[in-house]
Amino acid sequence: MTTATLPGTLSLGLSRGATELREFFRQKENLIFTVSLPALLMLLLGTVYVKEPAAAQMFAASMIGAGIISTSFVGLGMSVVADREDGTLKRLRGTPMPFTSYFIGKIILVFVSSLVEAVLLMVVAVLRFDVELPSTAGKWLTFGWVFALGVISCSLIGVALSSIAKSTRSAAGVLNLPYIVLQFLSGVFIMQMALPESLRTVGSFFPLKWVCQGFRSVFALNDDYAVMEAAGSWELGKIALVLGAWTIVGLVLVSRTFKWSNTSR
Amino acid sequence: MNAIRVRGLQKAYKGHQAVAGVDLDIARGEVFAVLGPNGAGKTTSVEILEGHRDRDAGEVSVLGTDPAKAGREWRAKLGIVLQSATDAANLTVREAVHHYAKYYADPRDPEEVIDLVGLTEKAKSRGGTLSGGQRRRLDVALGIIGRPELMFLDEPTTGFDPEARRQFWNLIKRLAAEGTTILLTTHYLDEAEALADRVAVLAGGRVVAEGTPQTLGGRAHADAAVRWLSDRGYQEIRTSEPTKTIAELSRHGELAELTVTRPSLEDVYLELIA
Repeated sequence: MTTATLPGTLSLGLSRGATELREFFRQKENLIFTVSLPALLMLLLGTVYVKEPAAAQMFAASMIGAGIISTSFVGLGMSVVADREDGTLKRLRGTPMPFTSYFIGKIILVFVSSLVEAVLLMVVAVLRFDVELPSTAGKWLTFGWVFALGVISCSLIGVALSSIAKSTRSAAGVLNLPYIVLQFLSGVFIMQMALPESLRTVGSFFPLKWVCQGFRSVFALNDDYAVMEAAGSWELGKIALVLGAWTIVGLVLVSRTFKWSNTSR
Repeated sequence: MNAIRVRGLQKAYKGHQAVAGVDLDIARGEVFAVLGPNGAGKTTSVEILEGHRDRDAGEVSVLGTDPAKAGREWRAKLGIVLQSATDAANLTVREAVHHYAKYYADPRDPEEVIDLVGLTEKAKSRGGTLSGGQRRRLDVALGIIGRPELMFLDEPTTGFDPEARRQFWNLIKRLAAEGTTILLTTHYLDEAEALADRVAVLAGGRVVAEGTPQTLGGRAHADAAVRWLSDRGYQEIRTSEPTKTIAELSRHGELAELTVTRPSLEDVYLELIA
């Protein structure tokens, strides 16, 4: 009989995070598709569409927003489906590791991969399109909380949706479809002003629009550009509210729907 | 107290009764094999015992705890060797074993475990590059790293070449000798005969026979076949007293190619599941 106590949830979570990162960055497809694709898209689309500095600022902000949704919503959702498919989750279920530690590991993975992705995008934006980075501490603060809330809320929704997918192949569709559609409805590729009222309303129910709007408020050359938003202002309070609400919805969904394997129950 | 006690276990999937009233008692330190054809309910039963699956009815106690209500401390006492996992493909053997060791209060030394399963030369290889047999040995390593009191092995040697199977059996015997209770499911009768103290045969979701490999299905008391070669060709007599039969026969002189055989475990098994 052992009398020693089991390791703590947080320290196991950190250890999971280190292992997750190690596995993630050893897979070339992750580096190419998840981390580099938004920067590549920025390079391509920006070269075609961006004609003036103000537009470059706005486009870079929106692409950073879309990029972190790609690493959190799509990337994390896919990684949970893969864990279910290859037996990682089943194995972990048979060990004394708490579910919370697994989740802490995933959050670490998603924060680091999102950060790498965002930095890469900013490097491209600065070098190729002469984008100016935010200059005040206040703007970086906004950047920080929009980034954190966006990553957390979209991670949770991605994990919740991953329960629907039976395999990594079907997960790619389940997760990419809403992501691609929302990019068009949320002001990433098309300015929200140019969208019909109905589509704009649909987009405003989902996190992507608010994340992108938050980043645009940070990267805009001055606050006059807020008139180009759907509401004519940055609506920072509302951004926090919507993303916070999605975080709670995501937590509830994950705790209710999470499956350890494709065949359990 | 028994390591495992099961009474009236039932589980149905969409109207199909996969497990239809299974009773099992497995003592501590015992190596117990569950035999049965595909679809007999082996994996479902074992997954319920592991806490991976809910049950519809019945009483289950594993190490004194109901798996459906068990927590971390209970899981720390189990070692589960998965059947077809391909996880940790991008971790080296060493990284994976060291990582899983962190989950337990009193794990074995990871380097010793790698050595014990015979993966020392592959310690720096990634999980995804291992052969089938090496991969299963990594699964065993991850299953024993926490010093389990009870191990579950679900068809552990499927797809092994004969040499790998023998090595694997030796490893299991070693763990059993250390006092680990082992529950294994298998298709291979020679495996059950080589490893198990007792076996149960599952068919149609029920236990149809239980006993030691030597006595299963009345094997020890079954009639023996005495066979020899005479000038009229091969002769065979089925008898419950082969010694006496041979004594009578041999009075007339030497019996060519004399053999006495009883039903093999395979003969008994095939009759049981028919």
